[in-house]
Amino acid sequence: MLPQSFWGRILFLLNEYGTSLIKGAGVTMVIAIVCTFFGCIIGFGVGIVQTIPLDRKKQPFHWFLLRAVQLLLSAYVEIFRGTPMMVQAMFIFYGAAALFNINMSMWTAALFIVSINTGAYMAESVRGGILSIDAGQTEGAKAIGMTHFQTMLYIILPQALRNIMPQIGNNLIINIKDTCVLSVIGTVELYYTTRGIAGTYYTYFEAFTITMVIYFILTFCCSRILRMLENRMDGPVNYELVMQDPLVAGTGTYRFNEKKHQQFNDQNIDTREGGR
Amino acid sequence: MEPIIQINHLSKAFGSHVVLKDIDFAVNKGDVTCIIGASGSGKSTLLRCINLLETPTSGEILFHGQNILDRGTNPSKYRAKVGMVFQSFNLFHNMSVLENCMIGMTKVLHKDPEEARQIAMHYLEKVGMAPYINAKPRQLSGGQKQRVAIARALAMEPEVLLFDEPTSALDPQMVGEVLSIIRDLAKEGLTMMIVTHEMAFAHAVSSHVVFMADGVICEEGTAEQIFEHPQNSRTQEFLSRFSR
Ligand SMILES: Nc1ncnc2c1ncn2[C@@H]1O[C@H](COP(=O)(O)OP(=O)(O)OP(=O)(O)O)[C@@H](O)[C@H]1O
Ligand SMILES: [Mg+2]
Repeated sequence: MLPQSFWGRILFLLNEYGTSLIKGAGVTMVIAIVCTFFGCIIGFGVGIVQTIPLDRKKQPFHWFLLRAVQLLLSAYVEIFRGTPMMVQAMFIFYGAAALFNINMSMWTAALFIVSINTGAYMAESVRGGILSIDAGQTEGAKAIGMTHFQTMLYIILPQALRNIMPQIGNNLIINIKDTCVLSVIGTVELYYTTRGIAGTYYTYFEAFTITMVIYFILTFCCSRILRMLENRMDGPVNYELVMQDPLVAGTGTYRFNEKKHQQFNDQNIDTREGGR
Repeated sequence: MEPIIQINHLSKAFGSHVVLKDIDFAVNKGDVTCIIGASGSGKSTLLRCINLLETPTSGEILFHGQNILDRGTNPSKYRAKVGMVFQSFNLFHNMSVLENCMIGMTKVLHKDPEEARQIAMHYLEKVGMAPYINAKPRQLSGGQKQRVAIARALAMEPEVLLFDEPTSALDPQMVGEVLSIIRDLAKEGLTMMIVTHEMAFAHAVSSHVVFMADGVICEEGTAEQIFEHPQNSRTQEFLSRFSR
């Protein structure tokens, strides 16, 4: 009943189990994307709190409170970065049932575990991303009267977000691959599905060949899409010089032209220095 | 007339390193005060203290008679009235030229975007950068960046504008375009404090010159007094380096 050739068996498995594999891949992608998203939100929250500057002398009480919160958040980051996600999954899934009598559904547990895990990693990336922005940006913002909150929101975080886009992409790809450890708590994602299929006919090699390819296609597409997104965020390489009445939007825009640009500059310097 | 800014016994130490010692001076409306002195004498630190980017160790800074170092004062509100232009421009990399000039007006002064746009365009035209409103800072030359930074500071319509070596990071051919803008502002009566190493420029624009050495004000007076008849031997020695 099972075809003799390797390719024949592959085709047979695809034919027979194509839909379950697609379903499994779908579950994997949903968990990876949703958890990367929530992980980023957690990461930004933690990273922002970790970088709040407070003057100990001016606001001793707030300072103390903030330090306490920061310490807790550091503990969270260290614990979740420092233990394997598979162990965390077992610990949380069975711990919730044993200690708090909470029976998490497979989905809740999966989303919860991968999100807080990603959050722990993203927290460090965001903190690094915020600290890597030149102090001059903060000073420029302060000098026009922005508060710390406004400076963060309009100046620092947009730049930090752009800088850590590669890490967000990295986390998404890691999540696509690492959801397979959720099979220990019974999440029916791509790996779990494949193991089931492989076991039915003892076609381990063929089944996992298919799954290798699927995983690779998923991660490859994601990394390309993210790269496109990064380019989009960088905006156009050129800009348009607005030569005519600049108060009327949309009129008199010319494409940026290196030569004209230079001429304009020279002319400008000439007239300005003429006054000296 | 009450000075806009009055500094009394201002001191600043970084750890045990005392950078400013017992500084006293006043800035009146319309004054163009140039601060000159050797590298490391504390000029930048003084300006940064005035804009509260550094917290002074002791002393007071009175803004219209109100000590801004008091606990109750809001540094952001104060900074909106005292602008600063930096040596390294500090334009926001994530915004276009126009957005750089508008953001303070819309978010800090809560002006409506159309009004903010008109004001931003007015000052960008003034510094000759109106054609570049769509450019990002990284696409501009140093001189152009500094002109935008000046427009951004002017758009807040500050009472006092502080300049910390506005031309030190520029190629020689771009220094002129920035200095001539500052000179125009001086003619219009804008109150400014300028840290500079451009002595000819300082001589030409300032109504008041402060010479600093080792964290103290060695000598101050009119441009004529300081540049043509310096009394203090350190001032004479410092200026003689430029006349050669
Ligand atoms: N954040 C800081 N921490 C420690 N020391 C500092 C700090 N900022 C400045 N200093 C010290 O304060 C002194 C004065 O520095 P400041 O930048 O005010 O000098 P300056 O007169 O502006 O010099 P320049 O003409 O080179 O810009 C220097 O000795 C410097 O090392
Ligand atoms: Mg300096």
